[in-house]
Amino acid sequence: MSIRHGLLALLEHGPRYGSQLRTEFESRTGATWPLNVGQVYTTLGRLERDGMVVQDGEDGAGHALYAITDAGRGELRSWFGRPVDRASPPRDELAIKLAMAVGAPGVDIRAVIQAQRHATLRAMQDYTRLKAQALVAVEGADGEKARDDVAWLLVLEQLIFQTEAEARWLDHSESRLARLSAAAARRAKNATPAVTPGTADAQSPAVTEATGARAARTTTTDHGTGRTTTDHGTARTTTDHGTARTTSAARSARR
Amino acid sequence: MPEAMPGSMPHESHEAHQSQPSQQPVLQLEQLTRVHGSGATEVHALRGVDLSVFPGELVAVMGPSGSGKSTLLTIAGGLDSPTSGRVVVEGTDITTVGRKELAALRRRSIGYVFQDYNLIPALTAAENVALPRELDGVSARKARVTAVAALEEMGLGQLADRFPDEMSGGQQQRVAIARALVGDRRLVLADEPTGALDSETGESVLALLRARCDAGAAGILVTHEPRFAAWADRVVFLRDGSVVDETLRSQADSLLSGQAAAQ
Repeated sequence: MSIRHGLLALLEHGPRYGSQLRTEFESRTGATWPLNVGQVYTTLGRLERDGMVVQDGEDGAGHALYAITDAGRGELRSWFGRPVDRASPPRDELAIKLAMAVGAPGVDIRAVIQAQRHATLRAMQDYTRLKAQALVAVEGADGEKARDDVAWLLVLEQLIFQTEAEARWLDHSESRLARLSAAAARRAKNATPAVTPGTADAQSPAVTEATGARAARTTTTDHGTGRTTTDHGTARTTTDHGTARTTSAARSARR
Repeated sequence: MPEAMPGSMPHESHEAHQSQPSQQPVLQLEQLTRVHGSGATEVHALRGVDLSVFPGELVAVMGPSGSGKSTLLTIAGGLDSPTSGRVVVEGTDITTVGRKELAALRRRSIGYVFQDYNLIPALTAAENVALPRELDGVSARKARVTAVAALEEMGLGQLADRFPDEMSGGQQQRVAIARALVGDRRLVLADEPTGALDSETGESVLALLRARCDAGAAGILVTHEPRFAAWADRVVFLRDGSVVDETLRSQADSLLSGQAAAQ
């Protein structure tokens, strides 16, 4: 999170003092990322050192005011103009946790997923309630308050999208694991007797089902064992019977 | 980014909005089981599901396909019978009543909202909304007055005389919600109501459903979209016919009023 650029953006509206900057930052972002006044002054100190802001007298109550400089404005323009750096994705505890849960002794990865799904949905419920309120506020507000309400709405929706992505990824991971373990079970079962083509073909009529028709984008197919991994290309739906169907779909597509 | 969790948002005042546990549930499912087929092809669609929905509550049911979501909804609405268990709607166990009484109960107490709207194409919005009342013996004129009032209350008054093919999908779905809750009906069962809508429109349909529940209706929403489930007070997770987990009513109301006060 760039406090530095956030402060510059606020200072572009005119000189401000430290705790005022803190309040304004929070009313834009709904206190989603609370700042303490110490962080604000430390950042202002660095900005001053770098020539991006200057001290600009005091207000009536004796607060030291800061003003943005031309160099600061240049830096702000360039910040708005350049995309946020995604070169090194931030560490994600959940991704690390699931990665570690794969094959971890005594860990039920499905339970790990469900516990997180519960918490994620719960957070989404909270954000959605707040959003419903923010939508009403946006309609009724004008001037500076409207600007803050719109900013807060955008931040909330970002949180909703983020939690939604997490929920979808969890659904996807669960169905991915289920498909992989079903495939492994089939492989184990078929390890001794070879698959008779007749048995495999018996499933073919199922191919015409809607999901089967859309489903198959075959990534790997191992004829000998009948192991097939397919990628639905979407984490949206989890289909219990999808494995059997897509397997036969992929198989018949191969023939 | 733990600071972003809702717990860190300001709590300033508490607005009472919890459903009252002392109230009678509008819908009560007890130990519901449903088995399709028998012998080798036997499928347990539901395995002992308990669920109560109170006035003012919207409950989302989530789960993968085949988890029993739709079976649960059709049984809750009396469109299918459970293999065992009770379905109590407004105090009456609908699994024990006769066909005629069941039909009357469905008409008076239960509204459905489907993915594909299911409005009758030859009837206007007002006539569609009036239909359940008319079938119930209310005079056509009276039923129309109630229907128009219901549409107006939901901000849909301008649609009253339009036919379904003169309305957008989102408008049709909003009319379907009005029809589901016309008269004394206060139980709405919605099966993927946003499934055919773009996400903006889906959101506005959910907002309407939410508002009707806030006004006292009880709703079940079956969906696989977390974003829509998030409008509910509770999210119930079904797996293989059983409820494996559910989220409880959140603190969001106090968050909300906290936010409102902060602004």
